[in-house]
Amino acid sequence: MKEIAERALNAAQLQGASYADVRIVHQKTQSILVKNGHVEALSQDENQGFGVRVVVSGAWGFASSSMLTLDEAAQVATRAAQIARASSLVKTADVALGPPEVHVARYQTPVEIDPFSVPLEKKIALLLAADGEMRRAKGVAVTESNMEFLQENKVFASTEGSYIEQTLVESGAGIEATAIGEGEVQTRSFPNSFGRQQGKAGYEFVRDRKLVENGQRIAEEAVALLSAPPCPGGVTTLILDSTQLALQVHESCGHPIELDRVLGEEASFAGTSFLTREKLDTFRYGSPRVNIYADATIPSALGTFGFDDEGVPAQRSPIVKDGIFVGYLTSRETAALFGQRSNGTMRADGWNRIPLIRMTNINLEPGTWEFDSMIADTDDGVYMAVNKSWSIDDKRLNFQFGTQLAYEIKKGKLGRMLKNATYTGITPEFWGSCDAICNKNHWHIWGLPNCGKGEPMQAAHVAHGAAPARFRNVRVGIA
Amino acid sequence: MLGPERMRQIIQRLLAHSTADQTEVVLLSEDTNLTRFANSRIHQNVSERNVQVRVRAVSGKRVGVASINDLSNAALQHVTENALEIALLQPENPDFQSLPAPKPLPEVDAFVQATADCTPQQRAQAVATICKLATGNGLIASGAFTTSSSEAAIGNSLGVFAYAPTTLSDLTTVIMSDDSSGYANVASLDVRKLNAEQVGREAVDKALRSRKPQPIEPGEYTVILEEYAVATMLMYLAYLGFGALAVQEGRSFMVNKFGQRITGENVSIWDDGLDASGLPIPFDFEGMPKERVDLITDGVAKAVVYDSYTANKERKESTGHALPAPNTYGPLPGNLFLKVGKDSKQQMLASIDRGLWVTRFHYVNPVHPLKTILTGMTRDGTFWIENGEIKGPTKNLRFTQNILEALSAVQMISEETRLSRSFYGGIRVPALRIDRFAFTGVTEF
Repeated sequence: MKEIAERALNAAQLQGASYADVRIVHQKTQSILVKNGHVEALSQDENQGFGVRVVVSGAWGFASSSMLTLDEAAQVATRAAQIARASSLVKTADVALGPPEVHVARYQTPVEIDPFSVPLEKKIALLLAADGEMRRAKGVAVTESNMEFLQENKVFASTEGSYIEQTLVESGAGIEATAIGEGEVQTRSFPNSFGRQQGKAGYEFVRDRKLVENGQRIAEEAVALLSAPPCPGGVTTLILDSTQLALQVHESCGHPIELDRVLGEEASFAGTSFLTREKLDTFRYGSPRVNIYADATIPSALGTFGFDDEGVPAQRSPIVKDGIFVGYLTSRETAALFGQRSNGTMRADGWNRIPLIRMTNINLEPGTWEFDSMIADTDDGVYMAVNKSWSIDDKRLNFQFGTQLAYEIKKGKLGRMLKNATYTGITPEFWGSCDAICNKNHWHIWGLPNCGKGEPMQAAHVAHGAAPARFRNVRVGIA
Repeated sequence: MLGPERMRQIIQRLLAHSTADQTEVVLLSEDTNLTRFANSRIHQNVSERNVQVRVRAVSGKRVGVASINDLSNAALQHVTENALEIALLQPENPDFQSLPAPKPLPEVDAFVQATADCTPQQRAQAVATICKLATGNGLIASGAFTTSSSEAAIGNSLGVFAYAPTTLSDLTTVIMSDDSSGYANVASLDVRKLNAEQVGREAVDKALRSRKPQPIEPGEYTVILEEYAVATMLMYLAYLGFGALAVQEGRSFMVNKFGQRITGENVSIWDDGLDASGLPIPFDFEGMPKERVDLITDGVAKAVVYDSYTANKERKESTGHALPAPNTYGPLPGNLFLKVGKDSKQQMLASIDRGLWVTRFHYVNPVHPLKTILTGMTRDGTFWIENGEIKGPTKNLRFTQNILEALSAVQMISEETRLSRSFYGGIRVPALRIDRFAFTGVTEF
């Protein structure tokens, strides 16, 4: 690997690169899906290759190939340099990366049990058992349970002298039950929606999820939802569970704090951001109870790593402090515009993609409330849990979410189950209305393995920690 | 390019290696180039060459899939053995019957050498044209220009062999001022048919006309949906219910509706992977020929698309709409068309007393799949219409709308169409005037 990296970097320098880096990546993925009592899909995928990123004539070029040979390394680096020269035909300023980042290091995800060492039969047996529990519920139509495991070995080397080896391991699992009635489909999933709960961890992460123990419960909830009354429309108090709040953080905080978005670099696809540069350190993002931070160092969290794909160490940095917006997610190039150093968030979805600013683990700090006390303190409102639908505008202001499950809150108690619950709002107004957050006993970190961004589309694996929280005067029951 | 003979050799070698009862090999080769621009400069410019081998091994009623992107002998042997090992480890799937048997394949010419040969300099020149138009009007340009060439070869141990080379070019731009934006997109097999000047002018015009947007109250309005917006709406409708598995599982809006009217009589929707005016491809990921499938004809629900798995369940034939294995979502139509009308967008505009002009939608997602209720935002050019004229730009709105109901309120359909990329192919649709479209919120820009 080192020879290929050196050949690529040498070739780039011979082509006039003022900076070059190379990433050599090997990925192994195992996916198992059990559906309606039998194994519906089981696949094992491997892919490998390398990508070379160069700055030539003050502009970026990137080329990649799946052929790991010395000759190909030189050719791909040369192609990247040619592309950079074409980029320089339409540039406004030379690329500046700030001070060099030089690290020689090795990082490995701590795991208790290597997920690829666990026999497939054992994994299938667990999924079939969970599936069987779901199918015990009368009226359930479709049951699915799945696991996914990933191992990524990657080498990063740069002309600045970095050489970093990383082995990242992920494990995830989830179950889902669907009930179908007259003109109605209701789905419940566990531990989260989006297929599964996933973390940077070994098989122990799956073993401890209690899929079997929760199978029948969620299937019965899916059936019960068919005959539940719809969530009534109106403006009320809303309490969100930690899974839905994790997605709320993702969409309304995680994306708008990506500095490349703020600077317009994703304008034609995902959009820009309402958190423009003049708002830094002054803008009231939320109520004084709202504290949000980025942290790529949390054990087992899906957005954790050793170094980002520019070779910058994983870090923790504040985003919202006492409700005031105080920080972006940055890259070397965007941080340099502010005279700062990158906070290490550049990640690429494989060898054939360039790194982009991506969320790491973006977390809402816990508050002080017990969940039962929060409900008891709420005279009238709705409790919503586990995401079902999501949409937000291209500056990340107007959002609308739907959840799988909801309950009315009446006089301090959870009441009837409600179906098809939705809520909508404007980001700073919504976070400004947050008047209570549960304590650390209710705080969980949720992996999100499908965050889309960029062209060609890249899926990042990120996570969000949150505890249930309460919001006042929220419009619910839109559809 | 590996070419048909090399790909055939690789597939035959893999099939010969395999000791499974049945084996399928999908071989995909791609050379993809993308030039992205933002703030009127090229900021990302990338190239990728990759080959993927995907093997589906069948042992009785057990199926395993493995893939690799390495063509060495050792890797090919490893992936074949791995697929069978995976199959043997699992319990039988009673619903699986067989890989498909060969069928005659249609000829489709979807490869344009000029697209495959397009250089980074050519893409940079097109980008420069758009950036110059933007900056000349005091605006900022962003966008992406893709050119790619691909080869797909699919073979199985029952005798299927299919090979097709394809190309694609796609140019998108969003032009912005500090309070407005405009969008334009064009896609074609042939990069020579992309006119950067025209794309740039369309988006610049929208960006200039959408300055100083005013808020309007959410509510039900008559709308003109441009082709971009219609394409997004239709893609989600297809995703929700035009596949056979969605019907078999009861989660499609087509369930119990076949033969019944589900949209206005003036709406016909079909899928045709062989239509040269789309982004054609002769076969699906099982090597089965693409068939035209009439999904909704004159407002009546007619049919859905099948792969071999869903077709076998109903003792039908695959319509050529399989996605790559393993696929648990089921078959999907990737080459959608919506029947044109007789009107122009100007005639639609002149016919409206009060309403909205929508250029495109953003971040659309289903709220109630079975009821086809979607939500999403307008973006990059939303205008208030009064007395048959555009009165001015509005701030963007959130819609929450039952799509079948919207397609039941179509009053006018444009004669012109546009081609866009879809989830797995292309979609060609006209613009629509719809008389009731529900907007449930407004944003701040």
